[in-house]
Amino acid sequence: MTRPGGIATLAEHKRRRIDELTARTSGTGGVSLLRDAGRRLRRNPAAVVGAALILLFLVIAIFAPLVAPHDPVQRFPELTSRLTVDSIPGATAGHPLGSDPLGRDFASRMIYGARQTLFVGVLATLIGLLSGVLLGAVAGAAGGWVDVLIMRITDVMLALPSLLLAITLVALASESTQWTVIVAVAVVNVPVFARLLRGSMLAQRESDHVLAARALGVRGRDIVTRHMLPNSLTAVIVQATLTFAVAILDAAALSFLGLGDPDINRAEWGLMLGVDGVRYLEVRPELAYFPAAAIILVALGFTLLGESMREALDPKNRR
Amino acid sequence: MVRVVLRRLIQLGVTLIALMTLIFFWLRNLPGGPVDALLGERATPQTRETLIRALGYDQPIWVQYWRFVRNVVTGDLGNSIRTGEPVTAVISRAFPATVELALAAIVIAVGLGIPLGYLAARHRGRLLDNATIVVTLIGISIPIFFLGYLLKDWLTQGAHVFPPSGRISTGAGNTDVTGFFVLDGLLTREWDASADALWHLVLPAVTLATIPLAIIVRITRASVLDVLDEDYIRTADAKGLRDATIRRRHVLRNALLPVVTTIGLQTGALLAGAVLTEKVYNWGGLGTLITDSISGSRDYPVLQALILLAAFVFIVVNLLVDLSYAVIDPRVRVR
Amino acid sequence: MPLLDVRDLSVVFRRKGAEPFTAVDGVSFSVDPGQTVGLVGESGCGKSVTSLAIMGLLPRRGNTVAGEVLFEDTDLLRLRPQDLRDRRGRDIGMIFQDPLSSLNPVIPLGLQVAEVLERHQGRTRQAALREARQLLEAVGIPDPARRLKEFPHQLSGGMRQRALIAVALACKPRLLIADEPTTALDVTIQAQILALLKDLVDRSGTALVMITHDLGVVAGLCDTVNVLYAGKVVERAGRHDLFAQPRHPYTHGLLQSVPRLDADRGRRLHQIPGSVSDNIPWTEGCAFAPRCARVIDDCIGATVALEPTRRRDGALRCTNPVPQEVPA
Repeated sequence: MTRPGGIATLAEHKRRRIDELTARTSGTGGVSLLRDAGRRLRRNPAAVVGAALILLFLVIAIFAPLVAPHDPVQRFPELTSRLTVDSIPGATAGHPLGSDPLGRDFASRMIYGARQTLFVGVLATLIGLLSGVLLGAVAGAAGGWVDVLIMRITDVMLALPSLLLAITLVALASESTQWTVIVAVAVVNVPVFARLLRGSMLAQRESDHVLAARALGVRGRDIVTRHMLPNSLTAVIVQATLTFAVAILDAAALSFLGLGDPDINRAEWGLMLGVDGVRYLEVRPELAYFPAAAIILVALGFTLLGESMREALDPKNRR
Repeated sequence: MVRVVLRRLIQLGVTLIALMTLIFFWLRNLPGGPVDALLGERATPQTRETLIRALGYDQPIWVQYWRFVRNVVTGDLGNSIRTGEPVTAVISRAFPATVELALAAIVIAVGLGIPLGYLAARHRGRLLDNATIVVTLIGISIPIFFLGYLLKDWLTQGAHVFPPSGRISTGAGNTDVTGFFVLDGLLTREWDASADALWHLVLPAVTLATIPLAIIVRITRASVLDVLDEDYIRTADAKGLRDATIRRRHVLRNALLPVVTTIGLQTGALLAGAVLTEKVYNWGGLGTLITDSISGSRDYPVLQALILLAAFVFIVVNLLVDLSYAVIDPRVRVR
Repeated sequence: MPLLDVRDLSVVFRRKGAEPFTAVDGVSFSVDPGQTVGLVGESGCGKSVTSLAIMGLLPRRGNTVAGEVLFEDTDLLRLRPQDLRDRRGRDIGMIFQDPLSSLNPVIPLGLQVAEVLERHQGRTRQAALREARQLLEAVGIPDPARRLKEFPHQLSGGMRQRALIAVALACKPRLLIADEPTTALDVTIQAQILALLKDLVDRSGTALVMITHDLGVVAGLCDTVNVLYAGKVVERAGRHDLFAQPRHPYTHGLLQSVPRLDADRGRRLHQIPGSVSDNIPWTEGCAFAPRCARVIDDCIGATVALEPTRRRDGALRCTNPVPQEVPA
């Protein structure tokens, strides 16, 4: 599904968008540009709100065992006994958000859900980023037929809308686990990162600061590691931040389609929303509302931060 | 121009063939292979043997591949495992439903998105602009299947404003001409049927339009702001042109260029979104078909055809967008 | 009576989270009908902002414009926006620095010239296009009939600037403001464009305000020159007086830093140390003081006023000017 960055769909246009983005965010300038960007970022309320949201969920995820009132997989007799076909108990003493359809403590599951959701999102993004960056760097550095081959492969991957590609990948896997979901969502982003890095390297190869470094006799390896990669990485980090939001939304969509993690004990917001939340919407809408709200807020946090970073790094906005 | 189109068409062909090949080899290498998918695990060795021979899986892989390619090119996509019907029949039955839904969503997204984005840009920094930014941000952060259920829950259950699912009421007697129910009603003068189909279309179309709408609003807004900063707008102001002329002739035209590209890209979001939306509203189009062919045992022939179709549609739409781009932007025309 | 009389014009930029910045600080100058007046200074001295303020083209939000801009006794700063629109392009034309970005990339050249005629002279599209063709011809664009249908990217830089001149002069305005019209062009093209401007202005009797950092442009074109520094006029003089005897150390430095063919080859080119952004942190005193070779205590103590000099049209803002040479 195409999301804020607009970077999740077809070939030619995706490519153009990525290249555009690259040109904007990986411009020349180095340290002073970064410091500048950091200052503008801190002054931008959108960035602050985004970072605060991310931090909040991060803290909840890390300290889940301390924050959560109960074990997220334990079934409580006082809850299970009150489960019927058309009612799931709401808030009671000791269970502030009531029960889930299996008599587990919903509040605890929401809190542990932060862990699992961030885990899926971070891993999917990181795997996509690392493989993409590696491919892109190889393509950019090697050039020639290696470059052509890698780029044609990304073309084919970009020929399918991203969520459809993820659906296809999970559907073609023999069985689905949490890892199929993570890998499918990650693979979708590989071509995006690969093109981003390659485009950025190519653009920089001809840029003034690299030419200047070369003219000064800086070694080729040092030019790549000290001058080109740091500049490209800012673009990659921005893209990763935006990708994260899409990743957890795509993971939720896969769960909804029945392609998610089959482990019924897993407390992950996408699963909670896409499976139970939707199924029991009329019985107890909170089962959908809470995970949905959490997903929206996390996605919002990452989108806000990512877009503010991109804006801050855009030399056009430098004043 | 002709050469550009030709090159893109060749690219399209190459991409489709590569995709086809990938799917073919992937399926052949699944643990258990497609035979297990067809028969399930409990089949006797004899039935397996018969089926393997019947499907030609005893042949060398390149013979199988060649046969597969020949079949696809001639339009024979095999039979659905679930229903036994030819895949082409299954797909062409579902196709109009999805096209109808997607078109309605595009109309909503473009029709509302461009004016809203433009208004937000003109009111930069004021209430309308800020409200637009917040709402569209939520629009791109909300899981759309959840939004679909919300709308359904609020507007069909209690209030009974809209029908909860399906494309048309049972017994609303519609003669099937084109498969597009709204259009069929108009063609056969069954106005009621047409209105009923339109009524069914509202919620799914709104749900599906959400993300493209939010994105088009944001792109339009950003693009208009960019253009307002351009030197040629200052020139137009220095000429003393009327505000309306500047807006229409100088701002809008330039601001719409990136929006056109975005609309093409959003077809991808629509194809993916249709899978989710159709499941929520039980729409019975291609999205439903995908969901059906992946739930439980996979219906590989259908799935594979749908993937190829999606890639084909997506690439062709974007080719068309590129061409229309060349029409509005003279700088592209020359190149 | 002057055609344009700018009195005590000030422009203050206020941006969120930053100190207000005074870009133009009490600038006054006047332009007689048919006269060519130069505004000269380094980038950042406020000359372009001055021109935009005269035209009312500064964004309204975040800027405060004070003073008077009298055009034939009408204060342009106090006109309603729609009345100012009626005058822009008709009474006052303007051309800008970068001819490529100043032309709309997706509109054919013909319409970009014709629309100003449609707007101010009520021409029909056809009549306006016919006249646009003559205008393009008049500014020296070959094959104007074909060019009408072309787009800016199909023209060379010089042709684009010619087209913009055609736009600015289409309604025969009484005043033309040219903001660094040749800076973005090749040197050979610069000369052509300047010659064209001079020719057109002379023939039509249009007054010209020439904004430039290039003293060569001033020497070739202007009757009177205003030298700006940090948003203030620091010296005004007729062209000949200014070049013969610059009085302000800044003007003097500017002239000294122009390479000359008749200078000794071994002599180093003069440079003014620092840059315009090296502002003094106090409001009184001369803004040029930190960079000035002739600085004395009085320069930074009290406010230095712009005083008339004995030269025709002359004025000077300096406590310790370059001494006047006694004519031999």
